[in-house]
Amino acid sequence: MPYFKMTRVALKWAVSKPVTTRYPFEPRVAIPGSRGLLEFAKATCVYCTVCAKKCPTGAIVVHRSQKRWTIDRLLCISCGYCVEVCPKKSLVFTPAHGVPSVTKDREYHGA
Amino acid sequence: MARTIIPFGPQHPVLPEPVHLDLVVEDERVVEARPSIGFIHRGLEKLVEKKDFVEFVYVAERICGICSFIHGQTYCQGIEAMMNIPVPPRALYLRTIWGELSRLHSHLLWLGLMADAVGFESLFMHSWRVREKVLNIIEATTGGRVIFGSCKVGGVRRDIGSEAAAKMLADLDDIERDLSELTPVFLADRSIKDRLCDVGVLSREEAYDLGCVGPTLRASGVAQDMRQLGYAAFKDLEVRPVTRTGGDSFARCAVRCEELFQSIDLIRRALAKMPAGEIAVKVSGTPNGEYVARTEQPRGEVVYQLKANGTKNLQRLRIRTPTFANLPAVVKVLRGCELADVPVLVLTIDPCISCTER
Repeated sequence: MPYFKMTRVALKWAVSKPVTTRYPFEPRVAIPGSRGLLEFAKATCVYCTVCAKKCPTGAIVVHRSQKRWTIDRLLCISCGYCVEVCPKKSLVFTPAHGVPSVTKDREYHGA
Repeated sequence: MARTIIPFGPQHPVLPEPVHLDLVVEDERVVEARPSIGFIHRGLEKLVEKKDFVEFVYVAERICGICSFIHGQTYCQGIEAMMNIPVPPRALYLRTIWGELSRLHSHLLWLGLMADAVGFESLFMHSWRVREKVLNIIEATTGGRVIFGSCKVGGVRRDIGSEAAAKMLADLDDIERDLSELTPVFLADRSIKDRLCDVGVLSREEAYDLGCVGPTLRASGVAQDMRQLGYAAFKDLEVRPVTRTGGDSFARCAVRCEELFQSIDLIRRALAKMPAGEIAVKVSGTPNGEYVARTEQPRGEVVYQLKANGTKNLQRLRIRTPTFANLPAVVKVLRGCELADVPVLVLTIDPCISCTER
């Protein structure tokens, strides 16, 4: 009967647990393999500037002489090109998205 | 009877994206519709002059927020054909799988929007609940939910291992179970049929003459699907276009419902047949020449015309998107319709204005 197609679905879900979570009280479970937050490992970086040259949006700026790696999180599009080209594997993506950036300040790492 | 012009859009609750229509009405009947587009033109085609041909994949993927992967794939296919890059077979299969996942989530998004347009809120939420499961598969395998970022010139960036493939198959079984509960509601529910049947009828000849593509064309009985061209791994996977003969909004809905199951079937077959090996080859040199790449997006055929002159930047890129091809059909079906049917008729071609205006 065409009348009861939706009724079946509606009744099933009336007694099931909701699929939505109570965000932000309940944090989102990060999915492994997701391109979440770009993290920089200061210890292994040789400041070769390849990531800055390849970054399609110019979010990464590296000062080789000062040994400083900087990123503008609002410009970053999380494409992963920098992670792919980094010769020392100093850049990695963590699955969790981290705290959202709300200012245009650059994030500084290094000296 | 006096004529009135009612502006519809660019901001309207039923429109996910801005398109403007001047509806000339006589009483409650639309006698003419004058569309105007151009509200979100971003000049992405022009960016080929600034971004080199490898970097431009990121721009191509961002032309559309729904069929992003297939945009990137079409662009890469064009460059690879110009440069004679032998793409590894495994990469072609992975592209096929992600392309079909993209079709799955796009059609589910459309079904939800259509349910919302006809006032069926709970069905809208159920469609998007299922879509969320598809997005989770996409996030786990590519790293992004909407912008996949996994296609590159010469292959793909990520692989799907045996464990991930097994999980994907289990998730697809779950999605198929959900879909076999949901799609009968779209196809049999009286309230949906009342809103969609015999609304916006396009005959086979009209659809063909107006240059329609994708589900809009197939719902009018023309069996045309670019996947039959055999790009990516489709040459090994037999694709039979899903067609209906009704030509009305209900037929377009039915085509999309059946294509959901077709996509699941294609992913399963692609996973079973996927050969082992490399997923990308190194790209050296620069493109030279001209190429037209065509693929099937969820909304229909997309055409990329690429022209290169041997430098690292392309000379010209022209993109013909499916929504642009389907707009004349909307103008045609709006003529003579009831004012209350306008939201359904605009949605029926699955308009993607970001694509159209680039």
